[in-house]
Amino acid sequence: MPGADKEADLTERIEAFLADLKRGGCGTGPIRGSGETARETTALLRKVTAQARWSSAGDLMEIIRKEGRRMTAAQPSETTVGNMVLRVLKIIREEYARSRGSSEETDQQESLHKLLTSGGLSDENFRQHYVHLKANVIEAINELLTELEGTTDNIAMQALEHIHSNEVIMTVGRSRTVEAFLKDAARKRKFHVIVAECAPFCQGHEMATNLSKASIETTVIADAAIFAVMSRVNKVIIGTQTVLANGGLRAVNGTHTVALAARHHSTPLIVCAPMFKLSPQVVITTVVRNRIILSKVNVHCPVFDYVPPELITLFISNIGGNAPSYIYRLMSELYHPEDHDL
Amino acid sequence: MYHRYVVVALSRRKPNEGKELTKEEKQRLRKQKKHQKKQKERKNEKGPSETEKDKTPVSLLPPPQPVATQKAPSALPAPASAPIPVPASAPFHSSPAPSPADKPAKSKAELKAERRARQETDRAAKQPGSSSSGIKTKVPLSELNPVVKRLPEHVQVDDPAVVKRLAKKLERQQIPLRSDYGYKVSLFSHLHQYSRKAPLTQLLSIPSTVIHPSIVRLGLQYSQGIVAGSNARSVALLHAFKQVIRDYTTPPNEELSRDLVNKLKPYISFLNQCRPLSASMGNAIKYIKKEISNIPSQCKEEEAKTKLLTCIDRYIEEKIVLAAKAISKYAIEKISDGDVILVYGYSSLVNNILCEAFEKSRKFRVIVVDSRPRLEGREALRRLVQRGISCTYVLISALSYILPEVSKVFLGAHALLANGYVMSRVGTSQIALVARTYNVPVLVCCETYKFCERVQTDSFVSNELDDPDDLMVTRKGKTQLENWQDVSSLGLLNLVYDVTPPDFVDLVITDLGMIPCTSVPVVLRVKNLDQ
Repeated sequence: MPGADKEADLTERIEAFLADLKRGGCGTGPIRGSGETARETTALLRKVTAQARWSSAGDLMEIIRKEGRRMTAAQPSETTVGNMVLRVLKIIREEYARSRGSSEETDQQESLHKLLTSGGLSDENFRQHYVHLKANVIEAINELLTELEGTTDNIAMQALEHIHSNEVIMTVGRSRTVEAFLKDAARKRKFHVIVAECAPFCQGHEMATNLSKASIETTVIADAAIFAVMSRVNKVIIGTQTVLANGGLRAVNGTHTVALAARHHSTPLIVCAPMFKLSPQVVITTVVRNRIILSKVNVHCPVFDYVPPELITLFISNIGGNAPSYIYRLMSELYHPEDHDL
Repeated sequence: MYHRYVVVALSRRKPNEGKELTKEEKQRLRKQKKHQKKQKERKNEKGPSETEKDKTPVSLLPPPQPVATQKAPSALPAPASAPIPVPASAPFHSSPAPSPADKPAKSKAELKAERRARQETDRAAKQPGSSSSGIKTKVPLSELNPVVKRLPEHVQVDDPAVVKRLAKKLERQQIPLRSDYGYKVSLFSHLHQYSRKAPLTQLLSIPSTVIHPSIVRLGLQYSQGIVAGSNARSVALLHAFKQVIRDYTTPPNEELSRDLVNKLKPYISFLNQCRPLSASMGNAIKYIKKEISNIPSQCKEEEAKTKLLTCIDRYIEEKIVLAAKAISKYAIEKISDGDVILVYGYSSLVNNILCEAFEKSRKFRVIVVDSRPRLEGREALRRLVQRGISCTYVLISALSYILPEVSKVFLGAHALLANGYVMSRVGTSQIALVARTYNVPVLVCCETYKFCERVQTDSFVSNELDDPDDLMVTRKGKTQLENWQDVSSLGLLNLVYDVTPPDFVDLVITDLGMIPCTSVPVVLRVKNLDQ
């Protein structure tokens, strides 16, 4: 039966995806970049929407939530997966509201008055069945996919606004977004990049080789020399794994030191992060990997650092530049508050 | 006890000041005349790229007491270029006194007159009032004569004239010149960058007639990193010099006090070529030269040699061994039970302190922070674990993660600069910065013999560049930077030192006591007065 085949195919894909996620999280960083993860997640959710059996929006949201929980459980540190699930849930709510006929404005407004008077859940229970809901939702998810595909280019397009010539820019480790950003600026401007290698995995080396192939003057330094060379750096441009709801970052370890050094020298710290990295969580406990105990020695190898929002100057995302104090607002546009805990 | 200053090879000019034996003065003048003649011929090749150098010799603190011995106290007791440039400037009597190309007007006669005038004033100043109170009255003199600091050669690599001069000097001393390696990052084009795979000894003929074999061995140990760490390097240097002194015989018609100093100069140049001298080594060399020059000429050779050997032993004993004990005593007061102490890299002094504290039954645990590419922390870790101290090991990028657990940070230093900055292994300033953010006290432990008169505010102007190939690493079977030399826009930077601003440091523990970072010039002054 074609239906059963498709279902089997779908479950297979999901299993493969989960296995990838589980594998990708140990040690050297994800096998695929977060952009790819986001796209893959969204594609899978679209397939689920198309193939699963559901009659009302509420059912669909339950199914998506269930799948979402499975996916986030496979790799808790890969927050993009959870973010995409939340985006899809928001899309479903919006399409439902549009089908119902109520304007988007009144429903999405979270005015203080509404919050106080409505007192809890609105009368929405998403039980009504609408014929075109499926098509609408799938179309919206397609739009989301197009947006995801263009994020890196959108960010890279803003490069020339932020980099002038003869600058010395510092970056940490390897970020595909920052790489694209710098390469785009290098087409028109000449500047110098210092890459901190980010031991122990030394992803900075790959970043440096890629940048130098694009004829950008690159220098690789050890992590220990970050403060020493910071006095000559004009800007620090970094990528991140997650952007937290308070404007803080969860980035590769060593970023907090870079941020502190930049603040000491009053150097602007610019974070290039696409919107799909924005997560509604506020503080995440640090993830520690590879805890080896050799006789009397404990070895710690944390993978991520928390960077508080006070140390960040600017966020550059696919929808433009923002200050860290505005991130909470952007988040409320992307996700619905009731979905924050999957 | 010693009231005079070293006849310094640091000055290229003719510092003829103070009372001196006429015989020596005449010899020196003769040699200077010879050189000025030679130099006039060479003047045509030296273009206007010559850096401007003031011809006026400098007199900081004229000797407080004129003691009736031969050696002429010369100027520049501890100039700003103290630690390194000992080899950089040739012996004053054999080097060409550089004539600034932009001052052709000053003739020889004018210079001579200037010199005579200065001698007269100094002689007059040294009359009856020169007791210890005279020191204080003479202090203002230093403010009158502006100190013209001669830049050491090793921070002027981008100046071709300086490089040429160095090459000529080394040729004269029959020491091979080490060539720079690899693409140098433009910010550091004024520094040398050597490759460990090309040690200087490959260019030497075996057996080397000019350089004593123990010095050759020492140079090789330095350049390959076998002897590393400022205390270790100084002690090794002093032991090698002891061997040199033992094997030394005075040639006929020469005085030990002058000839031995001249013999040491090519050795110092050689060691500097193998690896730039550290501040501690510079101070040790100054001390030895002073001791040698103070040997009275009537002294028999055997007696003189034993005297020098005991001097060196005493220096090591006082400045390094006993100082370490004193510092440990002070530092242990600062370690309380239940402490979590963070240390960085391998500092022999800090390790010493921790081991002694552990022996005195203090309960604490240690976090060792390490950094690529040297990974010196592993050595510290090994030694601490051997003693039975419980340790944690992290890389420097995990600093923000581990610091909330830490109660104190103990750091070692390579040198303490006169403006209060701490020069230490690269990464130290980062640790101090993050510790300050988390309000963790930072204590620096440093012996006084590492204090130097230089001032520096950033890590660029004077530093050491290590072999850039050390940064390469293989991960998952792939070495990303393997062919970095082929890529023209890619550079690797392997810094060795950095400077920590004094506001990050809470306390400096020295053998003289616990002082704040800003008191370093006070200690330097006290030391100078003692001498």
